[in-house]
Amino acid sequence: MGIENKILVKLKSAGFRLNDKWLVQGVSLQVEKGKIVTLIGPNGSGKSTTAKIALGIYKKIDGEVEKYTNKIGYVPQKISIDWTLPLRVKDFMVLTDNLDDSTISEALSLTGVIHLKDKNLGDLSGGEFQRVLLARAISKKPELLVLDEPVQGVDFTGEIALYELIKKISENLNCGILLISHDLHTVMSATDHVVCLNGHVCCSGSPIDVAKNREYKALFGEQASQTLSIYEHKHDHIHTSEGKIKKN
Amino acid sequence: MLDDFFIRALFAGIGVALVTGPLGCFVVWRRLSYFGDTLAHSALLGVTLAYSLEFNIVLSVFIISALIALILINLQKRTNLPGDALLGLLAHSSLAVGLVVIGFLSFIRFDVMGLLFGDILAVNVNDIIIIWIGGAIILLVLRFIWKSLFASTVNYELAEAEGLDPDKAKAIFTILMAAIIAISIKMVGLLLITGMLIIPAAMARNISNSPKQMILFSVIGGLLSVVIGLFTSLEFNTASGPSIIAASLFLFILSLLKIKQSIKLKN
Repeated sequence: MGIENKILVKLKSAGFRLNDKWLVQGVSLQVEKGKIVTLIGPNGSGKSTTAKIALGIYKKIDGEVEKYTNKIGYVPQKISIDWTLPLRVKDFMVLTDNLDDSTISEALSLTGVIHLKDKNLGDLSGGEFQRVLLARAISKKPELLVLDEPVQGVDFTGEIALYELIKKISENLNCGILLISHDLHTVMSATDHVVCLNGHVCCSGSPIDVAKNREYKALFGEQASQTLSIYEHKHDHIHTSEGKIKKN
Repeated sequence: MLDDFFIRALFAGIGVALVTGPLGCFVVWRRLSYFGDTLAHSALLGVTLAYSLEFNIVLSVFIISALIALILINLQKRTNLPGDALLGLLAHSSLAVGLVVIGFLSFIRFDVMGLLFGDILAVNVNDIIIIWIGGAIILLVLRFIWKSLFASTVNYELAEAEGLDPDKAKAIFTILMAAIIAISIKMVGLLLITGMLIIPAAMARNISNSPKQMILFSVIGGLLSVVIGLFTSLEFNTASGPSIIAASLFLFILSLLKIKQSIKLKN
């Protein structure tokens, strides 16, 4: 196995159950160095749960997770920070790692928020905070980046720039990225491997393969499918509310 | 120099304030005020057990407080009761059991008031040694778990995801809380120790804008409270423990003025 395709994290039919309800089940995937793996799927399909399984935040899981790196950067989907804590952006940047000042500035410049370095975290807007979160995750030069909707709340031009940045980071740092995104356009153009979730893995493969896949089309509808390819499909199963499959 | 009871009290108070400063910030950040209270209440049981078994008081309080903390963590996992109900349950039942045990110890003359409110003027050189060595160990351990504890205070999932160990840090912090209560119980008493933890930290929050600054101001606030409180207590012959807490309240009120000022500046 060459250095190029070193596996960073591997899920083997992993699942997580909360109060007797499966949030996600039977997910197998792997993230390799220098590759971007994207999770797509409707709300409640278990994308964030899958990311948390991969990160080891959920411990009582089904199946297995094998992690081959400890240098991880994480941008969570939801983050609640308690404002009883006086915390500036530059304090937040060194939360889990000791970084020198120039590294912090460099990362903040990359995501376009260097001017906020001395500001209090509580005074930032949603989009600004999102940029700081991304800067924090990349500043420690991780081997594995887990980005759970990293550009939510960011303005339109910023969104495109940040996705370009993410792609650039994956090339420059040669790190693996596990990305969760709703923006199918970006996903399809920047990703090496797509995993389509709906409580389980519906389909996976290269963006083109997935776009052609009938289950993908069933989940996201005609329009999403047309953005990449037009493909005939027959629907062989439907999804119940808990993401279970019901064969026709 | 340590012959003088007042100098001894100052040394003891300064030692305690140096440790309650940083710990108190975490108590405020992690919303553990009532947790601290519960541990302090359980200290009474520790003291009475020490008397009845002729055991070292500091060690006994430490063990009982740590035990109560473990029971609490366990109950939180096993029952569906909310955290504050469990805290109340443990605080008052351990206080009650402690007072019941005192009833059985009729052969010893008990200074209950001293236990509740502390008697800093009665500390001896031994107590000072325990406070300073114990305090140094607490601060050292805190320094050691700082990264994990602080990161998980800001956000548990970030800390967990990026290779830190929040659960271990939390467990160790709980033990440190039991330790600070054990070494300072004689000085401020079990009803006031939480005040010593919270009030200087709350004061510091009002005037600081970074975590390290808040810890620094919290320590300074604690030290000032001890000095001001002790001198007032000497001057006006008031109870020393409550005087220290009253002094810290005074500093807190002063820090509110600073907020008012900065709000005015913003407008």
